Amino acid sequence: MSWFQKLVPSTIRTENSNKKGAVPEGLWNKCPNCNAILYALELERNLHVCPKCEHHMRISARTRLDIFLDAENREEIGKGIKPTDPLKFRDSKKYKDRIAQAQKQTKENDALVVMKGKLKGSDIVAAAFDFNFMGGSMGSVVGERFMRGVNKSLELGCPFIVFTASGGARMQESLFSLFQMAKTSAALTKLSEAGIPYISFMTDPTMGGVSASLAMLGDINAAEPNALIGFAGPRVIEQTVREKLPEGFQRSEFLQEHGAVDMIIDRRDIRDKIASVLSILSPVKTEALARLEYLQNPEPETVDEVPGESQVVEDQ
Amino acid sequence: MDLKFLDFEQPIAELEAKIRELRNVEFDNDINISDAIQQLEEKSRALTESIFATLSDWQISQLSRHPGRPYALDYIKLMFTDFHELHGDRAYADDPAIVCGLARFDGEPVVVIGHQKGRDTKEKIYRNFGMPRPEGYRKALRVMKMAERFQLPVICLIDTPGAYPGIGAEERGQSEAIAKNLFEMAKLRTPIICTVTGEGGSGGALAIGVGDRLIMLEYSTYSVISPEGCASILWKSADKSQLAAEAMGITSDRIREQGLLDEVVREPVGGGHRDFHGVAENLKEALQRHLEELRQLDIDELLEKRYQRLMNFGAFIEEPVK
Repeated sequence: MSWFQKLVPSTIRTENSNKKGAVPEGLWNKCPNCNAILYALELERNLHVCPKCEHHMRISARTRLDIFLDAENREEIGKGIKPTDPLKFRDSKKYKDRIAQAQKQTKENDALVVMKGKLKGSDIVAAAFDFNFMGGSMGSVVGERFMRGVNKSLELGCPFIVFTASGGARMQESLFSLFQMAKTSAALTKLSEAGIPYISFMTDPTMGGVSASLAMLGDINAAEPNALIGFAGPRVIEQTVREKLPEGFQRSEFLQEHGAVDMIIDRRDIRDKIASVLSILSPVKTEALARLEYLQNPEPETVDEVPGESQVVEDQ
Repeated sequence: MDLKFLDFEQPIAELEAKIRELRNVEFDNDINISDAIQQLEEKSRALTESIFATLSDWQISQLSRHPGRPYALDYIKLMFTDFHELHGDRAYADDPAIVCGLARFDGEPVVVIGHQKGRDTKEKIYRNFGMPRPEGYRKALRVMKMAERFQLPVICLIDTPGAYPGIGAEERGQSEAIAKNLFEMAKLRTPIICTVTGEGGSGGALAIGVGDRLIMLEYSTYSVISPEGCASILWKSADKSQLAAEAMGITSDRIREQGLLDEVVREPVGGGHRDFHGVAENLKEALQRHLEELRQLDIDELLEKRYQRLMNFGAFIEEPVK
């Protein structure tokens, strides 16, 4: 930081450095894992997976959905739902200001984006957490949008998938946040009763209240490689047990080894793998749902064939 | 009972010590100073009342973890009969941080589940300070599923600093155990009444806290993170716990203002730790009332109401999308 920037009041300074940072970001990126300098376009084409070390970088909710869903027929759910400040919470900063800052930074209203769309031609509702929005923390808006997503999926009789990336519940909404764990979990009972597949896809990181509710309740619990997943944070555990944590503790591979995660999927294979899994899970529910659909809407829906072989994602 | 006093209870402690001294004098010397003692007792009562009338959120937070507070097994002894404790999750272990059992409440069969803390050091360690591991939640769920089969109402007594943050707990799926309980409790086909009796510590509390009613004792707290934890993250200093407690609004009365609570059960003057019988009696009366209300409902109606209640949690604004 130059001497001049240091003189500028902090509020203005962040804006400046953001603008400044935005320009070179367009060209080169550095892998946080292996420190390789990567050409941004190439990295993007590789879905933000480091071509050198296969490190899966964190991506925004919208990028996530963009990678996952077919390019056409997308419709955002619960977009008008916005955060409020029920407790007039204030720490070193006001919660209101933190929201405003996060909104400006991420261009999102809150930490969860939900979309109805298609996966290889089949209906699906997909939700994704945005870790850049206050650490992907779950407050009232996240819970409500999640519930609306579940309801949409019930209405359409199509699968529901969530990509988690969250530090846990949002402290600034206190008990309202905690109760979103109960709310989202309860909403999922309806999917289960209706025989609609629910896939939880855990990405780096999935901790605390999000991990201990919606993330662990998938019919399929999947994870990206090397994602940090757990209930308590590693630092808290280290302070409690006063010993060094084992290598790879709370990483996806650790969770699979201990039986909490069904499968670990490379980001570049997600569409193929999930489409294939859903093609197998879906028929179980179609009979009951076909009847329901027929009653609601006598016009039959056409479902595209799911190609078996892998295919390059065209959404880029 | 050995009363330990918090710092703001010290004036009461001094008065009570004086009363005890006078009693000894009276006993040893066979003289009558009962008038003086009575006066002091009056004074002590008035002092307690005045101290407890203006408690800060932080002080209530300390009271909720008062080492003398009644714990689940105390309430069970005072409010239930025919208690039969059930041990183990049938898969891995028995977790002493959660007690479960069959019992009678007012003669009617029920299932009772509660966090259990320890009184002395040895028991504290045995009970892991009331911090359950996954097997504790799985035991609770097993017993709840049994309650469902035999149509027994479930009464939960919540009092925990949180789920245990340990290596083994993570390995055995702490997150999954809590999540599963939230999921199953949302649709358990029997009435569930949850009461926070002390510390409602985050996910570890909620894991036996989903139901048809939520009751809190007057000097209990319920929060998404401990004031200390919140302070160390948001203020970067654990010394700011008082501020964090205020900001999060974690006391029973503040939570009732937030509309997340059915009832605050009042405690005897000076708090439940000074009068186990008094607080248990108040709680029992409230439980009876709520249980009676829930018994009136048809099970499908009960579940629909529970579902709507859960879906209504949250504070947000909704604007039309352009």
